[in-house]
Amino acid sequence: MQLTLWTYEGPPHVGAMRIATSMEGVHYVLHAPQGDTYADLLFTMIERRDRRPPVTYTTFQARDLGGSTAELVTRAAAEAVDRFKPRALLVGESCTAELLQDQAGTLVQGMNLPIPVVPLELPSYSKKENWGAAETLYQLVRRLLAHRIPAPGTPRPARDPQRRPSANLLGPTVLGFRCRDDVVEITRLLGELGIDVNAVVPLNATPEDIARLPDADFNIDLYPEISGITAAWLQRTFGMPCAKTVPMGLSATREFVAEVAALAGVDAAPVLGRERPGAAGFDSSKSRLAWYARSVDSTYLTGKRVFIFGDATHAVAAARIAAEEMGFTVVGLGTYSRELARPVRDAARLHGVEPLITDDYLEVEKAIADAAPELVLGTQMERHIAKRLGIACAVISTPMHVQDVPARYSPVFGFEGANVLFDAWVHPLVMGLEEHLLQMFRDDFEFHDDAPPSHLGAATEARVTGSEAAPAAVAPVAATHESVAMEPASGSVAAIVEAPAAAEQAAATDATVPWAAEAERELRKIPFFVRGKARRNTERFAHERGVKTITVETLYDAKAHFGR
Amino acid sequence: MTDLSALPPGSGLRGATIPVLRERGQREVFCGLTGIVWLHRKMQDAFFLVVGSRTCAHLIQSAAGVMIFSEPRFGTAILGDRDLAGIADANDELDRLCVQLLERRPDIGTLFLVGSCPSEVIKLDLAKAAERLSAQLLPRVRVVSYSGSGIETTFTQGEDSALGALVPLMPRSEARQLLVVGCIADVVEDQFRRVFDQLGIGPVSFFPARRAGDLPSVGPNTDLLLAQPFVGNTARALEALGARVLEAPYPFGAEGTTEWFAAAARAWGVDNVQFQDVTRPLEDRARKAVSRHVARLSGKSLFLMPDSQLEIPIARFLNRELGMRLIEVGTPHLDRRLMAAELPLLPDDVALSEGQDVERQLDRLRGAAPDLVLCGLGLANPLEAEGFATKWSIELVFSPVHGYEQAGDLAELFARPLDRRERLRV
Repeated sequence: MQLTLWTYEGPPHVGAMRIATSMEGVHYVLHAPQGDTYADLLFTMIERRDRRPPVTYTTFQARDLGGSTAELVTRAAAEAVDRFKPRALLVGESCTAELLQDQAGTLVQGMNLPIPVVPLELPSYSKKENWGAAETLYQLVRRLLAHRIPAPGTPRPARDPQRRPSANLLGPTVLGFRCRDDVVEITRLLGELGIDVNAVVPLNATPEDIARLPDADFNIDLYPEISGITAAWLQRTFGMPCAKTVPMGLSATREFVAEVAALAGVDAAPVLGRERPGAAGFDSSKSRLAWYARSVDSTYLTGKRVFIFGDATHAVAAARIAAEEMGFTVVGLGTYSRELARPVRDAARLHGVEPLITDDYLEVEKAIADAAPELVLGTQMERHIAKRLGIACAVISTPMHVQDVPARYSPVFGFEGANVLFDAWVHPLVMGLEEHLLQMFRDDFEFHDDAPPSHLGAATEARVTGSEAAPAAVAPVAATHESVAMEPASGSVAAIVEAPAAAEQAAATDATVPWAAEAERELRKIPFFVRGKARRNTERFAHERGVKTITVETLYDAKAHFGR
Repeated sequence: MTDLSALPPGSGLRGATIPVLRERGQREVFCGLTGIVWLHRKMQDAFFLVVGSRTCAHLIQSAAGVMIFSEPRFGTAILGDRDLAGIADANDELDRLCVQLLERRPDIGTLFLVGSCPSEVIKLDLAKAAERLSAQLLPRVRVVSYSGSGIETTFTQGEDSALGALVPLMPRSEARQLLVVGCIADVVEDQFRRVFDQLGIGPVSFFPARRAGDLPSVGPNTDLLLAQPFVGNTARALEALGARVLEAPYPFGAEGTTEWFAAAARAWGVDNVQFQDVTRPLEDRARKAVSRHVARLSGKSLFLMPDSQLEIPIARFLNRELGMRLIEVGTPHLDRRLMAAELPLLPDDVALSEGQDVERQLDRLRGAAPDLVLCGLGLANPLEAEGFATKWSIELVFSPVHGYEQAGDLAELFARPLDRRERLRV
């Protein structure tokens, strides 16, 4: 039994719904009690889908238990097939139905329906949404390709040289992060390389699209959480090679181009030559990120402390972009995807931080508070955490909110995706010159310490309530503001903040050293989100040295000490 | 204007005999766990711990829509394989979690253990667990249990179960008093209290109170006025303790609110002139606020999908005060006794339906082509995409819509989708 306040992922049958809802011509019969239809609104509200998910719920009630629940399954399946005329049927159970052991899948298989039936076994009490989506896609692909499986050892036929090379895009789904636009972006990129897209699965795919997956020359495992096991099976069974680079960020996109070009046997040079890192971006290049990051205006981004949490794919990619393409400092990296924890651990090691592998929202909140970042890149959950802590935030991963499904074209993959990410991550921060003005005129009634960035909409609201009592409203500025008193060089605050945690705890039990009034005033010049930590570290420093009263001098001594 | 000496409107009409289409099939409704979303806001010293699955946790956070509370006063004890396989003793695990939870939240005085579909199916005895934990945690924390499971409760029935669980704990009283039953917004509660004061009716208590620990008393001289049309089991439990239900329409709209107060006024022997003096200005103001929306809604047809059990009173209001034509009034569960004062107020030709087969109901809806549909969030955008104007039913439980001062707001909720359609040129 696990205590959960908010959950990053739904149950596995919601993952199966994502596959069914992504596709045309597929229907899902779900053995479930009343109430499980709540999942429909994830699709119709968060993603504003204009159709109900293609799901028929058996809706059993207490009075059906021990009697006719199994009968409800066959009736629901018969009615669904009759009404919706699907060309493939998924049959599964939600958490409660799993306990009834009605064997819904077997029951429907026994009905001899004229369409392929895919029974799903998705253990609700040990697995979660992304796993359920991956398993459903895998079972569906296996079933629909059963008739095409070659004998073991059959060599893969060579591509007809008259035909352009082609690839399948695997993994994009509804309720996936920016999948709709990523598919467009990657399709365009492949087109520039002379590679056709044979099928996109499952987003907008039909059962017939799945049946012709082996016609492509190779697969692109775009969202490993969803399509990893399917891509691996296609490789094993049909000998289809697979591109594994996730094209998120400029460097990763360049590597992706090189990888798919090699798999397709085409020349990557024309595309890569045009998309030059560091180029001024005024020629034909689509990638502006590299030039924007190098422009002097971006100097203020240097060393901004960023905390990253999300699904493994987006979190790992975001960490690399943050460090290598934005010039941030990664101070935290984690994921709720236990299935893909390993790459996150590897990436965390690379960035010199402790990996945070958890689906406990409170643990994430604590880690963020402890790391005292200036920017959080996370999910909808971290947006709430960041808002509460008064830290700037951009969403990079599911779970998401209706706001994260923008009307405009907004991919995060490919060259355009890198541009989108630059904007999305910089926007919540205070801009460089404004930051300087805030520091120089900190007591100005408009440019005061807690004034929000002038380019953000919350400005007027924050002015009205602008006091320490409303940290959420004044969040954006405080989060990015560096104390002039602690000297303007970056990392100045971090100096006091980054004391070893164990020693800090030991000190916490000791009697607190009193502060001189002047030192208290000086302390208040430190942004409030790290002030507590600076206070504790200074007190520990004072205590260890037997200082009786903390003065301004003690504060700066502590800063120098912890600054290393 | 309501005359206390006259019979209430609808008396002697055929409400009890209106035919009902009963349907059984796929239901597009929430389960009773959803009630936690508003109950935990109302009772500020209560924590709701669902004992269930990841689905339950996901449902509540999805129904809540936005997660505005960093650490809400509800959570889910998620059952895992170990609990089901009996490797871990579910009772020990539950005790451990509750203690852990209460250590973090010293502000909690009442802990609700909320049963779910999985906990019901595996027959986890939460009543016994509540007893055991209460013995351990009283007097600081009182632990009670109820079921919000989808196999037993639909949407608002969860509130009925939660309140029902508190009834046995209510202190007994012989005093003559009025008890208003059903969770209403604080602002509405204050308005109602002022009206009761002016009518000279009192003492008046509200159930649930703003603090779960402040349980009102009940006894043979307690009159019950139901503020929500879905608290039938709670009302029956209170009746078993001697209380008496005052039959009335529900306080939606100007008419409904006056009739609701009139039921109390009759029982308490309030003078007719005094009643008129108090209610007439309030009713006039409410009618004026409602009248602003008549032009937009009058003559328009309405189809109500079953969801919150508020459908019948809301349909009555929209029909009688705004002139809307009712095509079908669906309700997940028809409690004829609770609707005794409402059904006679519906037009003779209304089609009532109970339960749901959502596909068949949508067929009927498409056939009838209503001007406006009241439905849940799962159906709203798909119906809009088919060209129907929709009103989300969940707003009826998430926003203050009861009483005189909210009658105009309630009308506006239904006028807004039509207003929007008139504005948009895209």
